[in-house]
Parts: sequence; structure tokens; C-alpha cells
Amino acid sequence: MAARFDSAADVKDALKAVSYLADDAISGVVYLADRLEKPILVEGPAGTGKTELAKAVAAVTGARLLRLQCYEGLDESKALYEWNYKKQLLRIQAQRNAENDGATWSELEEDIFSEGFLLSRPLLEAIRAKDPVVLLIDEVDRLEVETEALLLEVLSDYQVSIPELGTVVAEQVPLVLLTSNSTRELSEALKRRCLFLHIDYPSMEREKEIVLNRVPDISEHLADQVVRIVRSIRQLELKKHPSVSETLDWARTLLLLGIDDVDAETAKSTLNILLKYQSDIQRAAKELTANDPLKAR
Amino acid sequence: MSTLVEVINGFVAELRGAGLPVSLTEHIDAMEALRFVDLADRDTVKYALASTMVKSHSHWLPFETVFEVYFSTLGSGAGRGEADLGPGLEAEIDAMREQRHGAPHDTGGSLEGLSSDELVAMLYQALLDGDEALAKALAKLAVTRFSGMEPGRPVGGTYYLHRTLRHLGLEAMRERLVDQAEETAAGEMTELERRLARDEFESRIDRLRKEMESEIRRRLVADRGPQAMAKTLRKPLPEDIDFMHASRDEMAQLRKALHPLTRKLAVRLARKRRHGRKGPLDFRSTVRHSLSYGGVPAEPKFRYPRPSKPEIFVVADISGSVAAFARFTLMLVHAISGQFSKVRSFVFIDGIDEVTRFFDGVEDVGDAISRVNTEADVIWVDGHSDYGHAFEELWRRWGCEIGPKTTVLLLGDARNNYHAASSWVVKEIRAKARHVYWLNPEPRSYWDTGDSIVGEYANYCDGAFECRNLRQLERFVDILQ
Repeated sequence: MAARFDSAADVKDALKAVSYLADDAISGVVYLADRLEKPILVEGPAGTGKTELAKAVAAVTGARLLRLQCYEGLDESKALYEWNYKKQLLRIQAQRNAENDGATWSELEEDIFSEGFLLSRPLLEAIRAKDPVVLLIDEVDRLEVETEALLLEVLSDYQVSIPELGTVVAEQVPLVLLTSNSTRELSEALKRRCLFLHIDYPSMEREKEIVLNRVPDISEHLADQVVRIVRSIRQLELKKHPSVSETLDWARTLLLLGIDDVDAETAKSTLNILLKYQSDIQRAAKELTANDPLKAR
Repeated sequence: MSTLVEVINGFVAELRGAGLPVSLTEHIDAMEALRFVDLADRDTVKYALASTMVKSHSHWLPFETVFEVYFSTLGSGAGRGEADLGPGLEAEIDAMREQRHGAPHDTGGSLEGLSSDELVAMLYQALLDGDEALAKALAKLAVTRFSGMEPGRPVGGTYYLHRTLRHLGLEAMRERLVDQAEETAAGEMTELERRLARDEFESRIDRLRKEMESEIRRRLVADRGPQAMAKTLRKPLPEDIDFMHASRDEMAQLRKALHPLTRKLAVRLARKRRHGRKGPLDFRSTVRHSLSYGGVPAEPKFRYPRPSKPEIFVVADISGSVAAFARFTLMLVHAISGQFSKVRSFVFIDGIDEVTRFFDGVEDVGDAISRVNTEADVIWVDGHSDYGHAFEELWRRWGCEIGPKTTVLLLGDARNNYHAASSWVVKEIRAKARHVYWLNPEPRSYWDTGDSIVGEYANYCDGAFECRNLRQLERFVDILQ
């Protein structure tokens, strides 16, 4: 199996080419995942680019992105595979009509439980794919603990066992990313099989680069101000801190409004783009315009 | 190679000692991962080890500490004395001194000859300009100069850090930096700009402090060896921090850990209720659906289960010894109050007061807690815990409001200062309420020693639980349903 990347630095450059600015941790783990052929479990606050990472990796490797969105109640037939029973019925009916072509029941059974009657869902699809794929299992923490077990075989051995067919082994090892918002602790079994990557809010320098990269036409000065204010806001005790995507939204808004220089008033009046709770907005507004900054400490 | 294996073995053993669950497969994975990275590059080694062995973000801090200790001499930071700064920096320092004195001094090694005042002044300048390389070099020098390290002295790293910081006076420096920035800025600074400048300097100073910390650690490790050092630095994980003996830093960690925990608990409780049981047979719906099967009730329909949400009474002792614990439990219960039909809180020392009103319509539970601490009327005679009197009052004033849906949580160490126990109140409450639980922040082995009479109350409770840390508290909340 040919490696996709030569080094962590290589990953970083490649990702940058598709405007995903990775830090050392991200590129290092992606590189290792490729070499060790292990899935990556990506955890972190919402809106820090977890799903985006999977898309970027797919774009870089020229692979097809297969996405499995997890939710409570997801089961085998939606995650792994399902028998196309309508087609099976038709096949049986056709057999009955052409009564005398001599096929026996066992032949028929073998026939209707063959690959042609199998509907593959994302996990099996990723295993069977002949072309390069990146498998994204999104928000895996929404699954119930019991359903998590579905993933284990795929994640550790890259194979799926189908009772009627046997075991389908991957033609090529796909790159797998799982994302989690950590609403619950994932099982040990799942964690053990993955490389763990925590994506936190980026450093100010990196966030500025992201803003400059993702918001065309923004001036260096405005981008600088935006990320500085966002950093200040993140230091407050809030219900929900502004995420990277919200920073980007804010930067775009300011640009659209034709603002080149953010003062306290503009910041205050556009805070609702950064923050999503009324109490947070009030608190941030108060802090940003506080007369005595010492009080804020 | 064998030495690397040994180092990693020791490293893993230390991680386990610090409470991180590192399995054998993960250990093997880590070794495997190291084959692919550049061993001289400290950061890549760090991420390789972290991604294979640390599977939870809350374990990152202990991992980092242990890593710093074991690999402090690896790669970029390795054995670099303060003398070799690289020609660029040296020239810069010389230029700066020139600027200050008007003429270059000929004191030989450019850094060794600096006086303490010069060092502080240069550090100030480096922070003002945001010159990280220079600040880093100066941090090292400051440690050498001010920390007064002596080999073999059994003192922790924080002691040396304090000594260094005291000499530098970083707090005052921050204020001066902001003022200076204001002077250089043309015209008046707005409040916003001022704040941003302050945050900027704050983060620079923070980085400087971290640099000094790791420098001190490096030297201590060189002196004492990684095993001994790691042991002195070992700290409990946030979920294992004891409520009763938490330091201020640990308190801050606890508060941070509390928020994700409440979210987790809320999701879990809601899920449990939805999936817990099926409702009774819905006869009408079953008959209606049977029509499509020709009148055969092939598909039984059930009523949607009506979740019964318990009503919670929290009765907490907030006297000094157990205040922290009471605060956390109140915060936790109120943060997930959506999962209960009603939450009412009472706090007592020797008198008792209802504090539900502080939580009503308040967005920030923390604010409410601080109001509880200052405004609640809980002193009756002398401000020493009197469980007996507090419980009697509770029964007299609010006893009639306890009903069969109420779950009562009694919080405290039951150290009653030898007052009357009045445990009959707990007995009465239990007869009326759905459940009565006692949560005690003391280790179980201390129960019923000295003036603790928790056993006497526990007799009448549905359960008494030791609740010394977040882990135990979390486990308890799970059974509240």
C-alpha cells in the first residue's frame, strides 16, 4: 500500500494548498494515520474545522469523500449494508414464472444473496471501493453505546462480515476520520483503535492566517483586529465561545458593511454574529466597553 | 534503540502512575508510530505519543507534564546553554546595550556581563516589541540569575519559579507595558484598544512564564532524573480532585470540568428517560392500525411514555469545611435542572434558608452561588454546624411541601458539633418523599469518627454516598432518575 504523504510537513503543505491551515498536531496526526493505517478520532469544540479537515484531506488525496452522519437510532441497515429485498422478490417471482428452467431452490438462494442484491451503505461502500476514498464518520458521539460496536470491525481490520456472503475485505485501506463533540465518553474499544486528535481554538497567529486565507479581500489590519477581539472574547467565561467559523462569518460581515476599523461600537452592534446566547452577548458587550479594564480581571 | 524502548517504558509507567489508562495496544501503537517520525524533533515525537496514548482531552495536561519531564532534553531545547545564542541575537543584545549606555562595554560574553537591572530592562523591551527569541534567551538567563538553584536541594519547581518572578516583577511590568503602548500610540486609545493591548501583553508574559517554567524543569530533571521529578509533579486528574482539599488552581480546573460534565449528564438523563420503558398499550391506535391487516391487530401500538421528572430538594451544609462541595453540587444540580420538574435548594449552617430564589431566571449559576454565600440567612446562634436544628426548621417550615415525587438530597459531613441529631426528621421525610440520599464529601473511613454522626442519619436514608470528587458525583447523579 503506497503511502499518501512523505512527512508531516508534506501534509501541512498539501492541506494549505486547499486552504486548510493545519497546525503541527493536525498534520502530524494525519501523517501518522496514513502510515499506521489507523482511523483518526477528532474531538473538539463545535466549529473548529473537524468536518472541514476530512473534506480537505479528501481533496488533497484526490479521494472520494464518503460521509456517514451518525444519529441516535442509526442501525446496521443504514451504516453497513442492506439486502435489496424488492429486487430479491422480483427475482423469486421471475423464477416462478419461468417454471421449467430447471433451477433448484438452493441455486436461487445462492443467487439472491449475492453481491448484486446487496445495497452497500457508507461503511461497506468505503471497504469495497476500488478508487481512493476518505471515510468520514460524523458526530460519532450521537450513537448509542451499543451501536458503536458496529464500527469496530471496520475500524480495526477494515473488513465487514456479512453472514450470507462471508467477509468483505478492503481492497485498499481508506483513510477514516471520526468526529465527536464529546457529548459523551466514547467506549474504550473505539478509542483504542483510533489515533486521537483534539482540535482546539487556533492560536491567534493561525486564526489570522485562516481569516486572511478564507476571506478574500480582507485587509491585514482588519483581520488582525478581528482575531484580537475574538481572542479577548474567548478569555471571558461564556456559555459558548466564538468558533472559527463564527470568526470567519464576523470578518465577512464587517467586510460587507465596509468597515475598515473596528471600534467598540461596531463590535458591540455586530456581536450577535459571534455569540449565540443573549447573556453572552450582554457580557461581552459590557467587557469590551468596560471603563476600568482592571475590573474585568 | 534499546534505550528508546526503555525510555518509553518508563514514560508509560509514569503515565499510568498519573492515572492515565494506557493499554498495552496503545503502548505498542506508540512504539510503532515512533518509527515514522523524526526522533530529534521534539514536537513531532510529542504528537506521535499523544495521539496514540492520550484518548481524552482532560488527560492532556498530565500527559504534557510527564512528557516535559521525560523528554526535556530532546531536540530543540537540548543542552543549549545560555552562551550560544546565535550570532543574530548576540548582535541584537549588543545593540541594545549600546543604545542604553551610549558606548559598547567590553565585558566579554555579551550576556554574562549584564547587570540585573539591565536584564530586567531588556526583558521589558523584548516584551514590548514582541521579540520572542530574545525574550526566551533572557528567560533562561533570568532563571540562572535569580532562581538560586542548588543541586540536590529537595525543593519543587514552583519555589524556584516564584523566586525568579519576584525579582522580575512581571505584574508591574504588564501595567507599564500598557501605559507605554498608550504613549507610543498616536492620540488617545479607546477602551477597546486598551483592552486588546492588555490581552496581548498578558499572553506575551504568559509565554515568558511558561518558558521559565520549562527551563526550571529542564534543570531539575538534569539534576534529579526523570522518575523522581515526575513523581513530585504528579497531580490528580480533574475528575479525581478532592473537593475538600482543592487548591485555587484545582478549583478553577474543577469549574472548567463541570460544564462539559453537565452537558453530558443532561444528554444521558434525557436519553435514559426516552428509552427506559415503553408506555402502556394504546388500544385505540392498535385497533385503528389493525384495519390495514384486515382487522387483525398485528401491530400493537403503545402509548408514548410519559416521563416523570422527579422534583429535587437539595439541602446543603455550607459551613467552611464542606462549602466547596456544597457549591459544586448546587451548581451541578441547577445546571441540569431542565431534567427535573423542579429544583429547590436550601442551605444551612445552624439556621436554614431557602435559596431557590437566587437561581430563578439567572443565566449564570456561578453568580447565583456567590449570592447564596453572601446573602443567605443561615446563622442562628454561633455559626457552627447544627444539623439537628437545621433539619427541625426544615421540617417545620417546608416539611408539608415534600411529596411522593420529591427526591431529597442531604449534603454534608454530618459533623454536628455534638448537638442533638434530630434524626427523626430524616425518618419523617423518608416516609413522605420518594427518596432520601445523603452525600458526604468525607472519605468513608472518616465517617462516624469524632463528632460525625452520618451513620445515624444514613439509617433513615435510601442511600449514603461518598462524594469526594467529580467522578463520584457524576456516578451519583446517574441514579437520580
